[in-house]
Amino acid sequence: MAPTPLSTHSAVTLNVNGEKHTLTVDHRTTLLDALRERLDLTGTKKGCDQGQCGACTVLLDDRRAVACLQLAVAAEGREIVTVEGLAEGEQLHPVQQAFLDLDGYQCGYCTPGQICSAVAVIEEHAAGWPSAVTDDVRPEAGPPPLTAEEIRERMSGNLCRCGAYVSIVQAVERAAGIRAQAARTAEGAQTAKGRGAAA
Amino acid sequence: MTTTTTGTRVTKAVGTAHARVEGRDKVTGAARYAGEVPFAGLAYGWMVLSTITRGRVRSVETGAVLEMPGVLTVLHHGNAPRVDIDYVGMLGVPDPTVAVFQHDRVPHAGWPVALVVAETSEQAREAAEALVVHYEEEPHDVTFAGEHPDAYTMPGPGGPAVTGKGDLEAELAASAVVVDAEYSTPEEHHNSMEPHAATALWDGGRLEVVDSNQGTVWVANELANLFSLDPASVRVRSEHVGGGFGSKGVRAHQVAAVMAATVLSRPVRVVMTRRQLFSLAGHRSPTTQRVRLGADAEGRLRALEHSCLSRTSTVYEFIESGAGVARVMYDAPAHHTANRVVRLDVPSPTYMRAPGEAPGSFALESALDELAEKCGIDPIELRVRNEPERGPVSGLPFSTRSLPACFREGARRFGWADRDPRPGLRREGRWLLGTGTAAASFGAGAMPSTAAATAEADGTFTVRISAADIGTGARTALTLVAADALQVPTDRVRVRIGDSDFGPAMIAGGSMGTRSWAWAVTAAAEELRERLALSDGIPPEGITVRSDTTEALGALAQTERHSFGAQFAEVAVDVATGEVRVRRMLGIFAAGRIVNPLTARGQFTGGMIWGISMALHEEAVRDRNTGALYGADLAGYHVATNADVPLVEADWVDDPDPDDPVGIKGIGEIGIVGAAAAIANAVWHATGVRHRSLPIRPDRVLTAGPHA
Repeated sequence: MAPTPLSTHSAVTLNVNGEKHTLTVDHRTTLLDALRERLDLTGTKKGCDQGQCGACTVLLDDRRAVACLQLAVAAEGREIVTVEGLAEGEQLHPVQQAFLDLDGYQCGYCTPGQICSAVAVIEEHAAGWPSAVTDDVRPEAGPPPLTAEEIRERMSGNLCRCGAYVSIVQAVERAAGIRAQAARTAEGAQTAKGRGAAA
Repeated sequence: MTTTTTGTRVTKAVGTAHARVEGRDKVTGAARYAGEVPFAGLAYGWMVLSTITRGRVRSVETGAVLEMPGVLTVLHHGNAPRVDIDYVGMLGVPDPTVAVFQHDRVPHAGWPVALVVAETSEQAREAAEALVVHYEEEPHDVTFAGEHPDAYTMPGPGGPAVTGKGDLEAELAASAVVVDAEYSTPEEHHNSMEPHAATALWDGGRLEVVDSNQGTVWVANELANLFSLDPASVRVRSEHVGGGFGSKGVRAHQVAAVMAATVLSRPVRVVMTRRQLFSLAGHRSPTTQRVRLGADAEGRLRALEHSCLSRTSTVYEFIESGAGVARVMYDAPAHHTANRVVRLDVPSPTYMRAPGEAPGSFALESALDELAEKCGIDPIELRVRNEPERGPVSGLPFSTRSLPACFREGARRFGWADRDPRPGLRREGRWLLGTGTAAASFGAGAMPSTAAATAEADGTFTVRISAADIGTGARTALTLVAADALQVPTDRVRVRIGDSDFGPAMIAGGSMGTRSWAWAVTAAAEELRERLALSDGIPPEGITVRSDTTEALGALAQTERHSFGAQFAEVAVDVATGEVRVRRMLGIFAAGRIVNPLTARGQFTGGMIWGISMALHEEAVRDRNTGALYGADLAGYHVATNADVPLVEADWVDDPDPDDPVGIKGIGEIGIVGAAAAIANAVWHATGVRHRSLPIRPDRVLTAGPHA
């Protein structure tokens, strides 16, 4: 007969940055602590441990979430992406590159959360999600212009005590521009391909 | 032997924008902060803080907690190792708050009464929450409001308690215009994004501490003193620091971690929770200030009085020297300043970004704006008319003083010339608009430091200095400074910091870190370059030169050395909700040679954003019944968010320090100085109402009403 498992612990398989990790966790363990203390993925930061600062922001199934308010056992089956999973080898994600080039940080502690948030913000915006400062929220209005005001509003869940907000906004603007350019290029290629097929 | 040459090309790294050398590690999550360095056999400590404000610990019921899963020990005043606080450290006598678990007295809310150590943080936390502590409660006094009968004068970190010259009452009586106003600023908290964290372990007879602090040698020496150890047997490392702002020195968590590591003979990590920071990390005292100004009809000051009252704990004296600003900024035939403090049953305050200058400049620069209004003189012109020739109190000449140049450049860029000085005239829908300005200053100093520069056999260079990069960009700035001194490209220079084994050096504090370290790095690098010019080659172990700036700094002439700046703000005030929004800010600074424009801009604008936060958001509210804070977390204590911050711009005028080898003055703190006053002055310009108490909350705006 198999030994009775501890009622305080469970085996869980976490899919982090495309890699599956099976571990036994204390039910009290947050996703944040599982990442930091069990998987040695310390890029995700603990600023308040109570959902107020955004330093632990990760992507859960492509949406941003604070890992401190998520229990590890509840994260099974979700696709988790942390700051360590954004770069393609040596090639930084455009958001990371923009934060580096434009000095979108100072001490760097809120930075992984800011970057994960920014990656999701750019996608949320492209998908047409409005924010509290969006004038026209009708679905048919499409994405509003990604102005500095829109970025400030959408990035406000991530506190930066050093006060690097000015360059954070500039970095998000630049990365969003690169994504929009890439989307246009892809669309152009698609159109060209479509024309080719038609001809 | 490898032969190498440093070349003859003179590089110009200093003054050129350079991305942070550790930037890639920070944007990929590879940079490890104090609580993230792995150790085999690590145990987790969780501090238990007092739930009363004043009294005694009667008993700590450890029995049940020690039976809980994973719990290794519970340290408290009955069993903790003894420490010694009878010493004088780098910043004077230690705050007894760091001497945890030494007695049963509780002098303030959130005082550490126990440390629970367990195999996992979850176990430690649950046990800490389950620990029953019995207290004997005594009445407390935490009320700080205006005057207090027990207040007394006390010298500050940067000057005497009281200065005075001239007959104040006579000059006031003879003045054409008089301003007499009281100002107040609230209790404020640093709230660096990375909470304080330390891991301690004994390794072959040496105490190793991996910590997050503003000076590894400083913390190592404090720990050596506290635990009666040979300083050489303590090593403190602090490679990446997630913000400090004055709060990251020796604190309860390091001491508790060392105690537990000693008792358990294994590595122990203690991390403060966000809530614990509010009683254990220090804070800025609230202030009440009175400013009296008397001037002739042309606005020339005849009388200036600035007095500042702040608050400290019952166990430690720290004074928020708000009245010190006037000793630098403005002169008058009658000139009096005084800093006083009162001891209450509150946690110990400490240095917080521009201690003294931040609250002091709010009062003084608001009062100057009131004087300008009463005199009918433009606020910039008023300040230019009152530019002192020499230090108003010291009588010493200024090394450089480029305040008028800052105002000229700032006024031009901000569009000040078109400003109608009358308040309450500009409306845009529900918003009233206004603009304001204020002056800024901060001391420019340097402290002795040592550095080592090594020419490696592979043609690269390594600089070692126990500097701290708490987000200032110091590591990158020192790389640029070293590259120029060695006359090599920056990619051949590696700067290693954050290790007490690198030798004595200034802390990251007082806007003196980068300047002090750059001086030592320049000295070592220049001597190394001279040595290399005479050597045939580099042996495998490299060639190392050490520097010590003690003598050079001791030879500096006595002058008034400061950075200056001009702050500009435009605000919009919603008359229906009382909300104040800053629409734009501009700061022009004369702050020495700017080493790295990219990171320097962040230092200035970061300080200015602290000014927005101070003017509009930050306020820790102490409950006089419990003696503790309401909402001691980032939901209850508001710091400026991204959406609170408009385009904030900073720039600088040429102002190299004539006596510094690189021309540096220091830029970490001046950005906050005067920023809150510029915003408050803009709120007056928008609404016609003077707000003399910070923060300018919506309820205060509504209560005061427009055009009051």
